[in-house]
Amino acid sequence: MTTTTRVIDTDVAIVGGGIMGASAALALRRKGVDVVLLERDLCGSRSSGVNYGGVRRQGRPVSQLPLAQRAHQVWANLPALIGTDGEYQRSGHFKIGRSEADMAALEAYANLSRDFDLGIQLISGPTLRERCPWLGGRAVGGSLCPDDGQANPRLVSPAFALAARRAGAQILERTPMTSMEHDGKLFTVRSGNAVAVRAPVLINCAGAWAGTLAAQFGEAVPIHSGHPAMAVTEPLPFFMHWSLGVEGGGIYCRQVARGNLVLGGGSGVALDADRARSERSAIATLAVQAVELLPALKNAHFIRTWSGTEGYLPDRQPVLSKSSTTPGLVHGFGFAGAGFQIGPGVGEVLAELARDGRSTTPIEAFAIERFLPDPQAAVVEVASTAAAH
Amino acid sequence: MTASTLQPVIVGAGPAGIRAAQALVAHGVRSVVIDEAARSGGQIYRRPPAHFARSAQTLYGTEAPRATALHSTLDGLTAHIDYQPNSLVWNAQAGLLDVLHGPTQTTRTVPYGQLIVASGATDRVLPVPGWTLPGVYTLGGAQVALKFQGCTIGRNVVLMGTGPLLYLVAYQYAKAGAKAGVKVAAVLDTARFGDQLAALPGMLTQPAVLAKGLYYVGWLRAHGVAVHTGVRPVRVEGDTRVNAVVWSDGQAEHTVPCDAVGFGYALRSETQLADLLGCRFAWDPMHRAHLPERDGAGRTSVAGVYLAGDGAGIMGADAAEWAGERAALALLADHGVKVDAARAAELERKLTKLMPFRQGLERAFPFPTDWAAHAPDALVVCRCENITAGELRACARDAGADEMNRLKALTRVGMGRCQGRMCGVAAAEILAQATGKPIDQVGRLRGQAPIKPIPIHLQAQAAAAHDTPAEATA
Repeated sequence: MTTTTRVIDTDVAIVGGGIMGASAALALRRKGVDVVLLERDLCGSRSSGVNYGGVRRQGRPVSQLPLAQRAHQVWANLPALIGTDGEYQRSGHFKIGRSEADMAALEAYANLSRDFDLGIQLISGPTLRERCPWLGGRAVGGSLCPDDGQANPRLVSPAFALAARRAGAQILERTPMTSMEHDGKLFTVRSGNAVAVRAPVLINCAGAWAGTLAAQFGEAVPIHSGHPAMAVTEPLPFFMHWSLGVEGGGIYCRQVARGNLVLGGGSGVALDADRARSERSAIATLAVQAVELLPALKNAHFIRTWSGTEGYLPDRQPVLSKSSTTPGLVHGFGFAGAGFQIGPGVGEVLAELARDGRSTTPIEAFAIERFLPDPQAAVVEVASTAAAH
Repeated sequence: MTASTLQPVIVGAGPAGIRAAQALVAHGVRSVVIDEAARSGGQIYRRPPAHFARSAQTLYGTEAPRATALHSTLDGLTAHIDYQPNSLVWNAQAGLLDVLHGPTQTTRTVPYGQLIVASGATDRVLPVPGWTLPGVYTLGGAQVALKFQGCTIGRNVVLMGTGPLLYLVAYQYAKAGAKAGVKVAAVLDTARFGDQLAALPGMLTQPAVLAKGLYYVGWLRAHGVAVHTGVRPVRVEGDTRVNAVVWSDGQAEHTVPCDAVGFGYALRSETQLADLLGCRFAWDPMHRAHLPERDGAGRTSVAGVYLAGDGAGIMGADAAEWAGERAALALLADHGVKVDAARAAELERKLTKLMPFRQGLERAFPFPTDWAAHAPDALVVCRCENITAGELRACARDAGADEMNRLKALTRVGMGRCQGRMCGVAAAEILAQATGKPIDQVGRLRGQAPIKPIPIHLQAQAAAAHDTPAEATA
């Protein structure tokens, strides 16, 4: 028996159906561009679907804020765009300070980000206790960004893929990429003998697994996988609107409308290249920090723990750029556990890069070249060596 | 490796766990036996609190000699094992178990070199409208009330569903109730009488067990208990608690007034621990479930991890005793301890010989494969999260969910306190029905720690021993 490979010709092929790839597919369809997306599992079933669900601009590097602001507009239109609000709420994000040094850092950030009108308010002293009586004693104050918030990643990320499909994108799930060729003009992405997708433009949104694809085009980057430890409590009476973080990191926490508290912090462990889990020490550390942050949680129960596999680059900034080696190749990966909020903005930027070759949003900080040997520097070095002789 | 360097842990002190511990002791090997219950015996031979004074005959009926033998076996072993009752294994990682001790509310980590998982089973639940009303229990729950606390779930009780436990519980209730004024209002079996006749040839391979089953049915009928077969449960009625059950015989609906209901459809294995340990699972058509794979001796796909008893497929208490002993012998032999090969072979033979009877049981009390088709959209499938059959169907239809973990992610089914232990079977049936996929193709919910909810402050205690700096993220 012979199998016939299904060949699909399209304008743009996307590898990876997380929130980046799926929102890029949707943005491309809205521009009328033909697009095929390959996802090895189910769209939004990996990091995009199992992350904490923070929709937060506050605390991002200033270089990410234009992108975050762009995404902020997309989040505002979520129901019209993807057919669900995905439990998105501009509930406020409160970053806690536990020392005067923390408060100074929060104030410095408020000043640094002033141009972006995040509306940050610093809260401390009696006002803090008045507004959040549930907060543990170590908090001395914090920084509130009222229009930041939270959403349910289990709903939002798959919904982007579903919306892209409804808009005419071909979304091929359970379709792992097994080979990739480029003949100078067309990329051919194969999934075994089942399907071959040919396109002049390829978007690499393969998340923690994107490094392999980049390396194939001479762009090996120092990406590594991280595994945030996550846990959720049973539903508790609703008491906390804000999504909480802590200056300097350590723990983050939010209460969903159903009443459960979702907590994250520390690192889980990889079971293999694809799967990860929160293990005992991470859960225990999370428990200590949770009770310190919110003493009322002492007698609550964790009912479930989990982790995911996320791509990190050394500077904790993503790669979001055109390829430096291969015309038509676009990268969007390595979001360092903080990609959910900017995801819908990244999708729009990727669509611009794919169609127009440039983005209206500044993304210079995320160029892949920052990890590659600098050809200019090599030339300069040769020149200076020559001059010395 | 010699016997003295082994570090075996047995999870569960029911028939399988006790016999496993005994076999290890017989070879000079001390084991840790961790059991969730306060006293050994498992669910089937559950013992009442120590100060209760009811005879074994009263508690276990015809099973009294077996129960007594097992209890005295474990009692006799206590000097040779490290027996840890009241202890729930809530997490497992290679070589380590996390254990919650109920009475002291402390958690500890127990290392293991080898592990025998004898985690047992719970009722298999297929919801019926009204099942969340106060007064509705599982059959196993109804039995536990009687065996452990010496009380009944009501004074006028309907027992419903199918499986051997249905008639056993009915018999026990009718017998115990005769003195106390407790009545079995009706036994409603979804299996047809014809199913039971067709199953006779296979069941004749275990004539003594078959005779017991027939005895229960005969006794019930002789004592005027209404026993209906070929029943379809329609709904449980009541305002603040149950006051009637409505069932259909295919032609007409009938109402039985009652003040409590016990229901269930045979048993389902507790497989979360095997899942967390990374054991490979496979679809088992007879059990209509994904089960951890085990060879005839109980070896799993993970070296050093063994399974015994109903936790890896429902074979009953006698088989659990044999499988527990067999797994222990496999553990010993795999680590260089000399064992009686003839005894090992005999145990495997006994287990194999039980299969025709086991298959006969499945024919006599078949799973109601039309349950999902009859489940109304308004039926609550997941009681923790209040998710209805209609919501599950809509998710399959509108969002294309065709796999259990995706269904969970999109609807919250199985995301509550029970983590799908109670609702998982029913949700899979609804998903298969809604998608038209065969039931074995819709997958299974991934196991995630904790196996049962754990107080946060207990996990915080454990942090003292594992203090690691946290990494900032999100």
